[in-house]
This record gives sequence, C-alpha cells and structure tokens, in this order.
Amino acid sequence: MPLRRSTETRVLGGVCGGVARTTGIDVTFVRIGFVLLTLGSGIGILVYALAWLFVPLEDEPTNIFSRALSDRRGIRLVIAIIPAFVLVQVVAASLSIAYVGTFTWPVFVAAGAAILIKRNASAAESAWIDGELVPMLSIGTTRHSRWRLLGRILGGAFLAAAGLFILVSGHGIGTALRPVGGAVLFIAAIVIVFGPWWLSLLRDLMAERQARARAEERAQMAAHVHDSVLQTLALIQRSAEDPTQVVRLARAQERELRSWLFEGRLPGSIAEHATTLSEGIEVLQQQVEADHGVTVEVVVVGDCDLSDALRALLEATREATVNAAKWSGAAEVSLYAEVECDAVSLFVRDRGRGFDPGAVPDDRQGIAHSICDRMHHFGGSAVIRSAPGSGTEVELSMPRRELVR
Amino acid sequence: MTDQGRPRIFLVEDHAVFRAGVRAELGDAVEVVGEADEADAAIELICERSPDVVLLDVHLPGGGGQAVLAGVLPTHPEVRFLALSVSDAPEDVIAVIRAGARGYLTKTVSGPDLLQGVYRVAAGDAVFSPRLAGFVLDAFAGGAGAGDLAAGLDPELDQISPREREVLRLIARGYTYKEVARDLMISTKTVESHVSSVLRKLQLSTRHELTKWATDRRLV
Repeated sequence: MPLRRSTETRVLGGVCGGVARTTGIDVTFVRIGFVLLTLGSGIGILVYALAWLFVPLEDEPTNIFSRALSDRRGIRLVIAIIPAFVLVQVVAASLSIAYVGTFTWPVFVAAGAAILIKRNASAAESAWIDGELVPMLSIGTTRHSRWRLLGRILGGAFLAAAGLFILVSGHGIGTALRPVGGAVLFIAAIVIVFGPWWLSLLRDLMAERQARARAEERAQMAAHVHDSVLQTLALIQRSAEDPTQVVRLARAQERELRSWLFEGRLPGSIAEHATTLSEGIEVLQQQVEADHGVTVEVVVVGDCDLSDALRALLEATREATVNAAKWSGAAEVSLYAEVECDAVSLFVRDRGRGFDPGAVPDDRQGIAHSICDRMHHFGGSAVIRSAPGSGTEVELSMPRRELVR
Repeated sequence: MTDQGRPRIFLVEDHAVFRAGVRAELGDAVEVVGEADEADAAIELICERSPDVVLLDVHLPGGGGQAVLAGVLPTHPEVRFLALSVSDAPEDVIAVIRAGARGYLTKTVSGPDLLQGVYRVAAGDAVFSPRLAGFVLDAFAGGAGAGDLAAGLDPELDQISPREREVLRLIARGYTYKEVARDLMISTKTVESHVSSVLRKLQLSTRHELTKWATDRRLV
C-alpha cells in the first residue's frame, strides 16, 4: 500500500495517520516520533512539511508539489524568504549560537513548504485548512481572544527575555554589543537590497486577493442575473401572447433589479413588513409563483411572530422552493409549515425528477450548503431527501424561544 | 356501483365550462349520470338517480353546496359527496364537511388525483387535501384543553390520536395515501381508516374551534 496522507486521522496534514496506516504502527507512536525528531534538531518538522508537500492525500491523484510548480507567485514568495533565512544564519553565527543555526533551516524549509501548501492545496483540503486548521492555530483573531492575547504577550515576553539572556550570558554586555552591531548593519544591507522586491511581492499578493474578491462578486452577480433576469426573460417568451402577463413580469423584474442595484437589497429577501410566519410564507409564495411560474401549495398550521432565526428559516425555505421550481421540472411545489411549542418545522416538497444527493458535483453543492448554513447559524437543521425519479423533500427545523401566539 | 365497477357520478357545478372539463378529465373511468347547476334541481335529480358520488361545488346558486347536502342526506344517506371548491377558506371547507361531505378537493386538482378521490369516496373512504389536513391539525392542536374538559367534551370525538396526527401531517406535506402508508410502514387501508376516523371526528366533534365555524355559519 503506497503512502497516502490520511483524511480521517489528521491533526495537521494527515502525514502521521498515513505513516501509521502504511507501517501498521499506532498513530500515537508515530506522532511521538515526529515530536522527538523535532525537539532534537528540528528535523521532524522538516520531514513533516516535505511529506505534506510531496505525499498526495488519499483519494487524490496528485501531490501538492506538482501543482505548486505552476504557482509562480508562490515560488517567488518562497524565494523571498531566503534572504531572511540567510539573515538569521548570519546573526546566529555572529553571536556564535550554533543551535539556532541548526534549527533555522528546517524551520525555513517548513515555512516555504507551508506557503506552497496553503496556496496549492486541493479544494477539499483548502476547506479543511481554512475551516479547521486556521481557527485552531490562529491566536487573537477570534472573538473570545482575551485569554489568547494574554498568552501571546506572555509568550513573547518570555522569548525576548530568553534571547536577551543568551546574548548577555558568557559575553558580558560590552562584548555582546559588537556582534549585535554587525548583525544590525547586515540586516540593513539586506533590507536595502531586497526591500523593494519584498514590497512589490506584497503588492502583488494584495492585488491577487482583490482580484479574487472581484471574481467572487462577478460570480454572485452572474448567479443573480441567471436566477432572476434570465428566468423572467424565459417566462416572458413563454407568455408572449398574453400582454398583461408580460407587462406584469417585466415590471416585477424591473422593481427587483432596481432595489438590488440601487438600494443594495438582496433579491428575494423576505419583505420587511411581514411580521408573522404565515405572512412571511405568503409573501414567499407570491414571489416564487410570480418569478418562476409554478404553483406553490401552502399549508400552515399555527402561527407565531418572526424572529431573526425564523427569518433565516424563511430565507432557507425560499431557497429550497426556488430550487424546486427551477430544477425539479414539477409544476407544483408543496410547502408545509407547522408551529409547535418548541420548534417550527417546514417541509418543501416537489414530485419532480429528483436527484441522487451523493452524486451532485461539487460546484452544484452551493445550494444545499447555503440552505444548511443558514439553518445551522441559528441552531436549526436541514435535511434533504431525494432520489432520481421520486422528487425531493427538504425538511427544515428551527428551535424557537419566544412563546406561541 | 355498477357491475363494471365504474362509479356513477353526478356533477353539481354552476360553471358549464368546468363541468365539461371535469367530464373530459374523468373520461370513461366513471359514468356521469347527470348534472345540475343550482341547488334545487340538484336535490331533485340526485334523489331520483341516486348516484354513487356527487361532485359538489361549494359555491352554488340557491344556498350553496350545504343546501344540497341538507336536502339529500336525510332521505338518501347512501349518496356520498366529494366537495370541490376554488377557495381553501377554512370556513368553506369545514361547512361542507360538517354538513356531510366525505372529502374536499380544490379545483386545481389534477385529473388523476380527482379520479382517485372519486374512487376513494365511492368506496366509503374520506378524501383530504393537504389544506384540509392542515386545517384539522390546527383545529385539534394540542389535544383537549382544560376548557374543553370542563365543557364536558367527549375525548373520543374531540381529540385526534398521535397516529392520526402523524397521518394528517404527512398528508399536509403533500404525501399521497400510498406514500403515507410507506412512510409510516402501515397499509394504505390503515391510512384510509385513520382518515375516515378523523373525518368522523371533524363532523361530530363539538370542539370550540369547530363549533365556532358552525355557529358563525349558522350550521348548528
């Protein structure tokens, strides 16, 4: 069995999990081994980073490095840290602290590898890195950061004190200053030589980030145009012999487009004036019927005032309903809402063509994700049941805290 | 029912176009024995021809669908009524059901669904649209309250069982009887008997929510 990084037993990149599975050694021992190697000479961290880079993830055909070869900006970034590496080496040598020198190069190689990994990981692994690793490793960027901030300050103070101690011990203050002065001059030289290049690299990275944001915005815009405008144009063509219907469709679309372009109101957001769940569902029904030319059969049992959580529920419901209207091919969508003492349940069902939820390509997963995300954000849940040929049912459930009217 | 197993149906509906549409949709699967466009004529003809199922428009000149039910059922209790309406207003639904109709469908119903409803009513079962199921869930919400018990209500009639609630909930979600049966792992026959039982409660219960409709519409 070839070595593959594991997706199940992983803390960072799944290297230890992969080694454990290939060799049969318990993963805990493998991890301890890597930690010991790191403590000795830093070699553990080096091996780990290179393995992450060169060993493909299980069920992925290529490793990250093969993709990194075409990432020119990433390679430039890696080259850009070389002067910093030289700098640290020179300073360490001038202060004759050899073990800093030996530790430096594994750390820098690992840092280079980390840059390439972060930029070239596959979509699935990027999701893991952004979703799990970055929050776990990041300090002081999350909301509950007061203790972390304290920890960071204490850690920094400790390191500074240790550095000072190393500098002074065995030299005396006077003798320590001379090599430090040399190091400072050297740093200045490197900054003068490489500074402009580093700056341009930084500008490049920022431009790249902006370009990505713009592309996302454009995709969102395209999705909206597709959702509403193209849909309306299709409906208008279909009802060409009915002038009143054409005028109605065109006017509704114009109103929506204006409110989106000039007032920044997201299309399809539940009208503000709806104050109860049944009113909100009624608005939703009218909008979806007008926009997509399907019948929405609504049954509501009980009623209650709208909260933020329930508005989110309505947004998710709209998404599920629009989705059914667009993709199922069914002319009718059933919507059933029931208000209970502790929760609101909502079912969106169509008898259309259905799909295999396991076989949806990643780029079409967006809808399911955005429904689930909306619900999870307020502590609700969403279940999508479907099979080819037997329609689709989306079950949404949102807990409620306020009392039934 | 006739020998061929085709239910004999009678149309009571004041829109000629809709009558023609229903005839065309039901086609040869049923035998249409007559039609009427207002209450008095309908009562006379139904009593004369005693069809299996009457498709009854809720809104009708001359007293509406309830007048037809009131005129036929005392003398011909074997005639079964399936109500059709353009509106889902609960008061319309509850009025015809309590007046004796065995089912309720909106006029937007598809041909096959209508036919199935006719067969079901002809066989003595009840036909609930999702809307009607939702209404019953609403009216019977939360079991009998303290006020109900104090008023001396019969728990047999004034509460629906948890199983019946489950069945109604699935119907309200748009499930067919067959799908309800599959989901709850019971037979279609059992689903039908649950729905019939609910229909009986709906017709006979004196729950406040129901009597309110009835008194508002002067049905008691």
